[in-house]
Amino acid sequence: MGIEEVVFHAKIAVLLSLTGAIVAKNLYPGKNLYQKVWDDHVVQQLDNGQFQLFIALHLIHEVTSPQAFGMLKDKGLKVAYPARTFATVDHIIPTDDQSRPLADDMAEKMVQVLSDATREHGIEFFPPESGSQGIVHVVGPELGLTQPGMTIGCGDSHTSTHGAFGCIALGIGTSQVRDLLASQTIAMDPLKVRRIRIEGELSPGVTAKDVILHIIRILGVNGGVGFAYEYAGSVIENMTMDERMTVCNMSIEGGARCGYVNPDETTFEFLRGRERVPEGDAFDAIVEKWRTYASDADASYDDEVTFDAADIKPTVTWGVTPGQAISIDEIIPDPKSVDGLEKSLISDALDYMQLQANQPIKGTKIDVAFLGSCTNGRLSDFEQVAAVLKGRKVNPTVRAIAVPGSEKVDKAARELNLHLIFEEAGFEWRKPGCSMCLAMNPDKLKGDEVCASSSNRNFIGRQGSSTGRTILMSPIMVAAAAIEGKVADAREVFGLVGSR
Amino acid sequence: MNKPSTKVTKFNGKGVYVRGNDIDTDRIIPARFLKCVTFDELGPALFYDVRFDVDGNSKGHVLDQVQHQGAEILISDANFGCGSSREHAPQAIQKFGLKAVIADSFAEIFHGNCTTLGIPCVTMDKSEREKLVSLIETDPEAEIIIDLEDLKVVCANNIFNIHLKESAREAFLAGTCDPLDSLLSATDEIARIATKLGYA
Repeated sequence: MGIEEVVFHAKIAVLLSLTGAIVAKNLYPGKNLYQKVWDDHVVQQLDNGQFQLFIALHLIHEVTSPQAFGMLKDKGLKVAYPARTFATVDHIIPTDDQSRPLADDMAEKMVQVLSDATREHGIEFFPPESGSQGIVHVVGPELGLTQPGMTIGCGDSHTSTHGAFGCIALGIGTSQVRDLLASQTIAMDPLKVRRIRIEGELSPGVTAKDVILHIIRILGVNGGVGFAYEYAGSVIENMTMDERMTVCNMSIEGGARCGYVNPDETTFEFLRGRERVPEGDAFDAIVEKWRTYASDADASYDDEVTFDAADIKPTVTWGVTPGQAISIDEIIPDPKSVDGLEKSLISDALDYMQLQANQPIKGTKIDVAFLGSCTNGRLSDFEQVAAVLKGRKVNPTVRAIAVPGSEKVDKAARELNLHLIFEEAGFEWRKPGCSMCLAMNPDKLKGDEVCASSSNRNFIGRQGSSTGRTILMSPIMVAAAAIEGKVADAREVFGLVGSR
Repeated sequence: MNKPSTKVTKFNGKGVYVRGNDIDTDRIIPARFLKCVTFDELGPALFYDVRFDVDGNSKGHVLDQVQHQGAEILISDANFGCGSSREHAPQAIQKFGLKAVIADSFAEIFHGNCTTLGIPCVTMDKSEREKLVSLIETDPEAEIIIDLEDLKVVCANNIFNIHLKESAREAFLAGTCDPLDSLLSATDEIARIATKLGYA
């Protein structure tokens, strides 16, 4: 719907509201953002009932995309819209020595295949040292490639991150990467929309990470299957873009294919002046377009859930799914309290984690502290931690690494001398990449080490050791754990009271 | 192996039950095996870390038990395939020799990836699925027949109802699991939308 049409509809609605509000509502029912973006991008309905969806922005990386270029070649196809695709390397890139050729032959080959494919097909590529390399979900927003009202596809489930800007951002498999390269479209079933409102005010020491861990804990790791999540309410409205990205990032951990926040002044101010965003009058014009994508006040939803911010505390995982979480002052669940399969799943998780039921999670010894990832690897994450880390030391029993999400985050942090605060405290300050979130590069847990991690998944073996143990938490909770050498309450360690 | 572009409506073979809710894609294929530029070698790495210890010795996982050798239908519990979008997970399942998956429910991206590769992800009501598991545990040689046309599973003279997302079922029945040809048929309309939205 063009702007003129929107204005026209609005005028009709106002006119009708003067004569009868209920009639107006029924004639022109409001739409939520998901419906607006979907309607804009649908190409056609396919024979099997799915829809063909135009994808405005395609992001690719070295792990799930090289195979897709091979598939294109097999079929003799070209990339349809190379200017709509952008590439970087993040998953396998080392965070210490990035000099080429990379020490790991297969990692070098993956980077090379991606580099060659992007050159052959005319796709813009942000390699290390380009100044724009980083985790694909950090790079898109910081360059301003990610914009409200877009459909976004990327061969990575955390593509949901981009929903923070009011996008339908979808993780896709490699065959869909191929479809997207060949046609700039994918086939998909429509989603339902659940509005999740978080109302009130977060207490000091409670962060965006705690909000999303709490939501997943309550709604379950499969609670969002078939849904897009719309995050709303005063807590979300008051969040920065970095915080909104943290929330949207973990939508997939709650089973939702995507999650989004309605674009508002915070969104537009974040995008103003970014490298790939129009300037001057063109910016003002595009903001007016972006504004139209926000959910209408009378939009309907397939489901609604409301959370009270006062119920959310610093939250940590005790098990092997992000939903197996408790607040820092709770005790670890007892398998005896449930029946059937659930009972064995809790006891299996506790066996793997080597934790005892009915004991506090606080005080669990850690070996490694990891700060970074597409969930919590942005400048504000490091600023927040630096503010509490200053003058403190990492416990000598802990190996602590801080990995900026992108070269731009690294540069900005260095300009603020944040890296010095981290190094002074005993953290290693590394080069950008996904690093120990999934440990495809040399950053791995050893044996059954316990990691306090700001990443998004605590799956068995996730951090590079088949017996390694992950405890997910917010960046300041990772900092508290690093200092204490054990899972700790950041509010106590840093005396966080008063303002957020 | 089923070709996603051929019409196949029946899948049959021995079953194997991998217990657990929320079996994630890192468990199906650990991340270190994603270091590859083709999917060809993924079969042996399926469920690697729960099948083998750090020295590569078998832990006696159900997939490696002698009575389940040659199984072609994988059965599990709720939310199978959660986590990553890595197509390496269904690729590993297929290359291991498994043709179909039955579970109480599936994660969405995994379900879509499987369908595209021609692996049906069918669901059953929990109590019936548990009965199916008990049948193959009693007789591991029992053949399971999944019929996508009638939406039934047959095993040892028992008939169970199954569910499959309608669009996936249509794709299997029409032999259009791989949607690329359909997508490419709309080139003009794609160009029109790209222009309309300012992306051309």
